[in-house]
Amino acid sequence: MSQIVLDMLKERFGAAILETHSQVGDDTAVVEPSQWKAVCAFLRSDPALDFDMPIDLCGVDYPNRVPRTEVVMHLYSISKGHRVRLKARVGDEDMDGAEIDSVTSIWAGMNWLEREVFDMSGVRFRGHPDLRRILMYPEFVGHPLQKTYAADRTQPLIPYRTEDEAGMPIQKIEPFGPDEGMPFGRARILPAEEN
Amino acid sequence: MGDVTRSLTLDGSEQGFATTRTDALLGWARKYSLFAYPFVTACCGMEFMALTSPRFDLARFGAEAPRFSPRQSDLLWVVGTISQRQGPVLKRVYEQMMDPKYVMAFGTCASSGGFYDNYTTVPGIDKIIPTDVYIPGCPPRPEAVLDGLMLLQDKIARNERRPGVVKPRFDPVQDAHGLVQLRRSATDARDLLPELKEREANADREP
Repeated sequence: MSQIVLDMLKERFGAAILETHSQVGDDTAVVEPSQWKAVCAFLRSDPALDFDMPIDLCGVDYPNRVPRTEVVMHLYSISKGHRVRLKARVGDEDMDGAEIDSVTSIWAGMNWLEREVFDMSGVRFRGHPDLRRILMYPEFVGHPLQKTYAADRTQPLIPYRTEDEAGMPIQKIEPFGPDEGMPFGRARILPAEEN
Repeated sequence: MGDVTRSLTLDGSEQGFATTRTDALLGWARKYSLFAYPFVTACCGMEFMALTSPRFDLARFGAEAPRFSPRQSDLLWVVGTISQRQGPVLKRVYEQMMDPKYVMAFGTCASSGGFYDNYTTVPGIDKIIPTDVYIPGCPPRPEAVLDGLMLLQDKIARNERRPGVVKPRFDPVQDAHGLVQLRRSATDARDLLPELKEREANADREP
């Protein structure tokens, strides 16, 4: 549908477009992270492309890959009616060097989305005016959507009541089991003697 | 009361006196004048609205008056998922309430965290504040909530502070007898309900 966008990107940036693919009308370009901002500025300013609406920005963690994290951006052009998806792969196994240029100077609306990706996936955006957590609280340690973040690890803001304080067992009481509501969820690993 | 030498009779004479214990009298007075503070955070709030509307009519139980200041209320309805960020707020609201104060955990999320078993959610408000009655359900039906409210009133009347859980009237697995079952295939339904087989056999016999 917008193959022309991919063609123009390849013509303009050459080797900085690592790969492209098109599937069921979605066109994707994987971009060299160092060229991220230049590609975005081109997409925004070229009159034939005119991507004036940032749709979404998110991070995807692939723990077995290097680079490990993909930053995915969806763009839409209201005037031209076409879309494109950009991806950039950043960060090594330990998320060192997971940095990419901020595009808030191109689309002001990317401000909070970049904060969300920083908060959830741990990608740092160079040049962002206010790179704070946006969903989690400042005391939170780590980035919960990284696959290395334990699925059931919580970081309570206030300490939980102890059983001494409550004067009764406050584990999930009947009929609420430890896996309440999660019949399809994580399998609890029982100790060996109980298996 | 008048004449204190005679005990109260029920013959309509309006004479005499009645004896009771102070705590029983206070419990009786408290249980029908619950002032609610609705701490509504999620989709269970829809069922809470239904509950307070005339169809299910919370007013029948003397618990319909909402007070949006914790200092004026004595029943904290925690309706919906409590995230870790809301935990301190909930605890502060509870601490600002005057004694005696009661807490209802409305729905599975407030009771145990529900299926949000992850970094975001408090796994049950009893990890933060004492809880009087748990109402399971996602969301619970208004009837279940009314059951919970009656359970709370019973607890108040008895000065009982142990937590209680609303139990289903019947267990759909245990008490399957006589209930229609989801038919996954024609043979399955007959296996589940032997009566069906008998009925079919009888139908064959009848002309």
